[in-house]
Amino acid sequence: MSALRARGLRKSYGALEVVSGVDLAVAPGECFGLLGPNGAGKTTTLKLCLGLIEADSGDIELLGEPVPKRARKARARAGVVPQFDNLDPDFTVEENLVVYARYFGIDSTDISARIPALLDFAGLAGRGDAKIMALSGGMKRRLTLARALVNDPQLVFMDEPTSGLDPQARHLIWERLRRLTQEGKTLVLTTHFMEEAERLCHRLAIMDRGRIIAEGSPRALIAEHIEPQVLEVHGPGYEAWMERAKGLAPRVERVGDTVYCYGEDVEPLLKTLSGYLSYLHRPASLEDVFLKLTGRDLRD
Amino acid sequence: MRWIAIWRRNMLVWRKLAAAAMLSNLADPLIMLFGLGYGLGVLLPSVQGMSYIAFFAAGQLCTATMFTASFESMFSSFARMHGQKTWDAILHAPLTIDDIVAGEIVWAASKAWLTGSTILGVAVVFGLASSPWVLLALPAAFLVGLAFASVGLIMCVLARGWDFFSYYMTLVMTPMMMISGVFFPAEQLPAPLLAVARALPLYHGVQIVRPLIAGGPPSGLWLHIAVLLAYAAAGYAGAIYCARRRFSS
Repeated sequence: MSALRARGLRKSYGALEVVSGVDLAVAPGECFGLLGPNGAGKTTTLKLCLGLIEADSGDIELLGEPVPKRARKARARAGVVPQFDNLDPDFTVEENLVVYARYFGIDSTDISARIPALLDFAGLAGRGDAKIMALSGGMKRRLTLARALVNDPQLVFMDEPTSGLDPQARHLIWERLRRLTQEGKTLVLTTHFMEEAERLCHRLAIMDRGRIIAEGSPRALIAEHIEPQVLEVHGPGYEAWMERAKGLAPRVERVGDTVYCYGEDVEPLLKTLSGYLSYLHRPASLEDVFLKLTGRDLRD
Repeated sequence: MRWIAIWRRNMLVWRKLAAAAMLSNLADPLIMLFGLGYGLGVLLPSVQGMSYIAFFAAGQLCTATMFTASFESMFSSFARMHGQKTWDAILHAPLTIDDIVAGEIVWAASKAWLTGSTILGVAVVFGLASSPWVLLALPAAFLVGLAFASVGLIMCVLARGWDFFSYYMTLVMTPMMMISGVFFPAEQLPAPLLAVARALPLYHGVQIVRPLIAGGPPSGLWLHIAVLLAYAAAGYAGAIYCARRRFSS
């Protein structure tokens, strides 16, 4: 049985189809990533899965409950970390957890017993009385994550969990998310940080213009779509060099003033570099897959 | 009864800011009551057999209740819905927009009831009302609060920005206050205006509360209750409809 399964999801706003036939299946205990540029339909897909909006067609099952018909039952066993923090600014850290637990029908004594563990998980031990205003961005994010766990959910949705965080805060969130996976919780996250997806997700789907255009483990996606080596070159004379490179690498692309060469082996190309050209030689990453599949155009 | 969690959330915030909240809800109406009541009262020894200040106290109780319910369900609810995104957070729990609408309306009515009953308490302390009949003004104040909270919440879920509420306040609430028998008997209005007043909830609230303060049973009580209940029910249904539309996109 899947923790989350969606078939043939479609959702339009006016003439614009935001989700155009999405199929998803997330196994229990899996960390699943939904990647895509801005406006790809990721957040709308999450909202559909939670039963917050109704699909025009298709069906969804979340934790064994049909959505939206029994979305309330499903949400009782799920957690959500929204894209933008919506902690209650009038409350302290601890009150935020107590009040949120009440929305799940959990009474104050039950949640009070769990609060030390939740604060500890959020790295906020001893900060229960702190005001929300006094928290840093990373602390707020971690508290939002702890808040999503008040009902001890089986599955947690996370919409861009580390957007806007500094590297230290981001690494701490990643560590906590891995801990949740080890505890057996299913995670569904959207992101456009490829590094995040590569590190955390067992499996991911790349979404663009309302459709899923590729799916698999991060390594499998890289192996399937991209040559293993990448050489990025820029600097004076790069245009002339590019003409030479075309004969030596299977795929050569120019983006602005940078030349990207992809291949099994880019050693021969390295030998041709001379003069003032700067270069970066690196293994192919998920970001290359992403840019290849979704294009390099800006999505505003 | 899932909405109680939302009512309790608002209550917890209110408890932290109770002094300021009470002051802002009560200071204005009480200053008006004593200022106008004793000031004008000298010129008007008796209105409908009551001292002017006792007459005005009934109107002021209902008006203050209306304002508290309306401000809470418009401005405060809008801040929670739009600015703080508190409603979005609640919707991620096993609660629905219907639960939120119910919780917000009952909360605003509760806060309005507190305003109304405090003004009633002041009226009793100052000897403006002394009969046990005034106790019935307590449920009446809640009903007035419920009617205005429901209508106010429609405004809240329709609003795209803060300015939107000015229309309702200036074009609906202020004229309603003038024609509903708050400051002077509505019966002295021209017939068409009186007919308009009779279709509005504030008039019926005043018609219930004033006889109770005078010390007797209101006439036509069930009609007044029915109109207030109709506003509360229609407002609730309208708020649910508009909130569902807003949150389904």
